[in-house]
Amino acid sequence: METLLQQIINGLVQGSVYALVALGYTMVYGILGLINFAHGEVVMVGAMVALSAIMLLINSGLPPLLVLLAGMIVAATACMALGYAIERVAYRPLRNAPRLAPLITAIGVSIVLQNLAMIIWGREYHAFPQLLPNSPHMLAGAVINEVQIIIVLAALAVMAGLLVLVHRTRLGRAMRAVAENPAAAALMGVDINAVISVTFMTGSALAALAGIMVSANYGIVHYYMGAILGLKAFTAAVLGGIGNLRGAMLGGVLLGLIESLGAGYIGDLSGGFFGSHYQDVFAFFVLIAVLIFRPSGLLGERVAERA
Amino acid sequence: MTPQSDALLELSGIGKRFGGLAALSDVSLHIRRGEIYGLIGPNGAGKTTLFNIITGLYQPDEGGFTFGGAAYAHCKPHLLAHAGIARTFQNIRLFANMTALENVMVGRHVRTRTGIWGALTRNAAARAEERAIVQRARELLRQAGIDRPHQTLAKHLSYGEQRRLEIARALATEPKLLALDEPAAGMNATETESLKALLQTIRASGITVLLIEHDVKLILGLCDRVAVLDYGKKIAEGLPDDVRRNPAVIAAYLGGEAA
Amino acid sequence: MMNKKQKPMIQEMIFGNPSSRKAWFVFAALAVALLLLPFATEALLGRGWVRIVDFALLYIMLALGLNIVVGYAGLLDLGYIAFFAVGAYCYALLGSPQFGLHLPFWVVLPLGALLACAFGVLLGAPTLRLRGDYLAIVTLGFGEIIRIFLNNLNAPVNITNGPQGINMIDPIRIGGFSLSGTHELFGITFSPVHLYYYLFLCVTLLVIFVSLRLEDSRIGRAWMAIREDEVAASAMGINTRDIKLLAFAMGATFGGAAGGLFAGFQGFISPESFGLTESVMVVCMVVLGGMGNIGGVVLGGALLVLLPEALRNGAGPAQQALFGKTLIDPESLRMLMFGLALVLVMLWRPAGLWPSTQRRRELSPDAEVAHQEQESVYDAAK
Ligand SMILES: Nc1ncnc2c1ncn2[C@@H]1O[C@H](COP(=O)(O)OP(=O)(O)O)[C@@H](O)[C@H]1O
Ligand SMILES: [Mg+2]
Repeated sequence: METLLQQIINGLVQGSVYALVALGYTMVYGILGLINFAHGEVVMVGAMVALSAIMLLINSGLPPLLVLLAGMIVAATACMALGYAIERVAYRPLRNAPRLAPLITAIGVSIVLQNLAMIIWGREYHAFPQLLPNSPHMLAGAVINEVQIIIVLAALAVMAGLLVLVHRTRLGRAMRAVAENPAAAALMGVDINAVISVTFMTGSALAALAGIMVSANYGIVHYYMGAILGLKAFTAAVLGGIGNLRGAMLGGVLLGLIESLGAGYIGDLSGGFFGSHYQDVFAFFVLIAVLIFRPSGLLGERVAERA
Repeated sequence: MTPQSDALLELSGIGKRFGGLAALSDVSLHIRRGEIYGLIGPNGAGKTTLFNIITGLYQPDEGGFTFGGAAYAHCKPHLLAHAGIARTFQNIRLFANMTALENVMVGRHVRTRTGIWGALTRNAAARAEERAIVQRARELLRQAGIDRPHQTLAKHLSYGEQRRLEIARALATEPKLLALDEPAAGMNATETESLKALLQTIRASGITVLLIEHDVKLILGLCDRVAVLDYGKKIAEGLPDDVRRNPAVIAAYLGGEAA
Repeated sequence: MMNKKQKPMIQEMIFGNPSSRKAWFVFAALAVALLLLPFATEALLGRGWVRIVDFALLYIMLALGLNIVVGYAGLLDLGYIAFFAVGAYCYALLGSPQFGLHLPFWVVLPLGALLACAFGVLLGAPTLRLRGDYLAIVTLGFGEIIRIFLNNLNAPVNITNGPQGINMIDPIRIGGFSLSGTHELFGITFSPVHLYYYLFLCVTLLVIFVSLRLEDSRIGRAWMAIREDEVAASAMGINTRDIKLLAFAMGATFGGAAGGLFAGFQGFISPESFGLTESVMVVCMVVLGGMGNIGGVVLGGALLVLLPEALRNGAGPAQQALFGKTLIDPESLRMLMFGLALVLVMLWRPAGLWPSTQRRRELSPDAEVAHQEQESVYDAAK
C-alpha cells in the first residue's frame, strides 16, 4: 500500500503532463471554439520524433543532457510544423462550415497520424533512453525520482512562460483579442490567420514537451500513447473551464491528483469491490459531477447566453 | 381605441447587473391591455435586457413582474411563452435552416399537443392538428406579407422578410403581449410603412404590443404611451408628444433623434 | 390538398405515392434490389461480404439513432456506443449460458432497448443543459465509464465476464425458427447471413419510417428549432430540456435495440466492440453522410462500413501487384487511407455528402429559384 504522499507525488507528475497538453486544447478552443481532436496525436508524434533524434545522437559522444535538449528541439520544431499544417489543411478551409465539419476532419487527421506513426515506427513499444539522472529520493516514506522533479519544475516554468506570453506581450494581446472578437480584432489590424497559426504552433510545442515528459517518466513510447493522453488532457481542460489557460493548468493537475488518489483509495472506499481499474471511471465521474454543478468548468466564466 | 385601465404587464423595481455594470436599476413599468407601448432610449440603455427579463432569458437581480395578474419572475422562457408573452430579437434569430413555413409552425408548438405517439401513428387527431398548424402558419405568413414560396429557407429571405417572419413566428404562439425589439431596424421607408400597418392590424386583433424602436416617426405615429430608458433607469414615461418635449429625454439623446 | 404538397418527397420515394407512376416504379425497383442484394453480393463478392452488409445495416441503424440526437436536435453525443453496449449486454446476459438464462428474443430485445432508454434519461437529465462541447465530453466520459464497467465487472462477482466477453449467446429465434440455421424456403437455401440480412433490413426500414415520421412532426420541428437556435426555441415556448431529453431517449432506445440484434447476430460480444473509436465512427457516419437527412445518414453508414472493408481487401493485394511484396502493413495502410478519405470528403463537402438543406432545396425547386434570384439581385446591386 502506497502512502498518501506517494499518491500525491504521482498525481502531481501526471497532472503536470495533462496540464501541458490541456493548454494546447484550451488555447485552440479559446480562439476558434473548436475541439482539436488531433492534438493527442501531436503529443505522440513529439515523443516519437524525440526518440528518433535521440537514438541518432546517443552514440555520438555528446553529453546526455545535450542529446536530450537536441531531441526536444527537433521534436518541438516538428510538432510546430505539424500543428501549423493541421490547421492549414484541416481547419482553415472549414472556418465557416457547419460546426461539426472540423470535428470530422480532426478525427480524420488523428487516424492518419496514428497509422502513419505505426507505419514509420512500428506497432511495438520502444524503450525511451534514460538521459536524466534518475536516482530515487526518499521523502517521508514516499519515493520521488529526479526525473519526476524535473518534469514538475519544467512544466511549472513553461506554464509561467506561457502566461507571460499571453498576458504581457503584443502577440499575447493579439491572441486574446482574436479570442474575444475576431471581427473586431481584424478591424484593429490584427492578422487573424497569423495569430491562429501561432496559437496552433505554441500548443504543439507544448505537446511535444509533454510527449517527452511522459516518455521519460515511464521509459516507453508507443504509437497509441497519444489517444488516451489526449482524451485525459481534454477532460482536464473541460474540468478547468475550456478556453481558460489557468483552468487548463488547474484542471490538469487536479485530474492527475484525482486519478492517482482515486486509484489508490477506490478499493478501500468501496470495500474492495472496485479495484484500481476503475481509476478512469473515477476521473469521469468527477468531471460529470463538476459540470453538473459548474456548467462552465471550475474557472470558466459563466457565459450568460446573449439574447 | 381607448386603452383599458387594467394592467397586462406590471414590472416593479427591476434591477439587473452584469459584473460591475448596472444594465437596469429600479425600472417599473405598467403596460395596459390593448395598447401599443413604446420603449426608447440610446444604445446600451438596457431595453433589450428588459425584454430578456420579461421573456425569462435573464433573471432579474432585484424586483419582479406580474403578467395578467400572476407573478412570473424567475420563470423559464417556455412558461412565459405559454403564459402569452412572445417576442422578436434585435439581431434576428430565426431557425435559419428551416423553411419560412416551418419557422412559423414551430411557433404553434406551445399551443398544440401531438406527441411521439401521434407523430408515429398519424392518427386522426394528429392529422387534424397538423392541418390546422399548417393552415394557421400560412395565414400568418400571408398576414406578415411574405409572398415568397413558403418552402424557402429562412436564411434565404431578404432582411425585411426575415424581420416580418420573426413577427409571424411570434404571433403563432397566440400571445397576449407581443414584444418587438427594433423591428424596423434596417428597413427602408416603404417597408417601415407596411410594418406600421401590420402592427396596427395586430393591435386591432386584441394583442398588446411592446415596442423597442429608434425610428421616432414610427413611435409617434403608433404608440399610445412611451417610456424612456437611459443608463438602465427610466427617465420619462407618458404620451409620445409629452415625452418628446421632456428636457431629460432631449438631454439623453443630446438633442438628436428625439428632438 | 394543401397538405399533400407538404409531405416530403423522400417519403414518397420510399413508401410510394399512389398518384405518381414514376415514384411507384422507383419504389418497386428499390424493393427488388434490396431483396436480391444478399444473393447478388454473395454471387459477386462471396459470403464474407454478405456478413459485412449485415454489419453495415447494424451501423446504419446506429447512425439513424444518433441522427435523432445529433442531426435533428443538434446535441453532440460522443458516447453513443454505450447505448449499443447496454442493449447488447442486456441481450447477452439474459440469453446465454452466462447466467443460464435463455429468455426469448422478443422479451430481451425490447428490454435492452428500454434499459438503454433509461440510461439515456439518467445521463441526459442532469447534463443536457450543458453547452455543446461540454455535453460532448460528458457523453464521451459516460461511454468510457460504461466500457470500463463492462471490462471489469468480472470480479469480485462475475457479471460481464470482463475482457473475455460473453460467448454462445442465443441466436435470434422467431417462434421455432432460428435465424442461425440454414433453411430451405421456396426452393432457395437461406444461410444465417441471409436471414439476418432480412431481419436487419426490416428493422432498418422501421427505424427509417420512425425517423421520417418524427422529422415531419411537431416534435421533429421542435428538435430542429433547438438545433438551430436554442434561445429562440425556448422563447417560442419549447420546453428545451424535455424535448432534448426526448431526443436523447429516442436515440438511446434505437441504439439499445441495435445492440440486442448485434449480440444475437454475432453470438459473442466483448467490451472491445464498444470503445470510443466506435462512438466516433457513428458520429462520422452521421456528419459525413449529411446530418439530419435520412438518405445522407444511410449513405454515410453504408460508406463507412464498406469503405474500410474494401480497403482491407484492396490494400494487401494492390501492394503485391505493384511491388511484388507487402511493403506496408495493410491494416495501417487501409486506416491511413480511411482517415485521408474522411478529411478530403469533409473538405470537399463540409455539410456532408447529402445534407438536409440541399434535400430541402431539392424538395422545392421554387425555393432554389428564389434563392438564385436573390443572389442575382445582390450581384446587380454591387
Ligand atoms: N449577457 C450580457 N453580459 C454582459 N453585459 C451585457 C449582457 N447583455 C447586455 N449587457 C450590457 O448591458 C447593457 C444594456 O444592453 P442592452 O439591454 O442590449 O441595451 P439596448 O438594447 O438598450 O441597446 C449594455 O452595456 C450591454 O453591454
Ligand atoms: Mg437592444
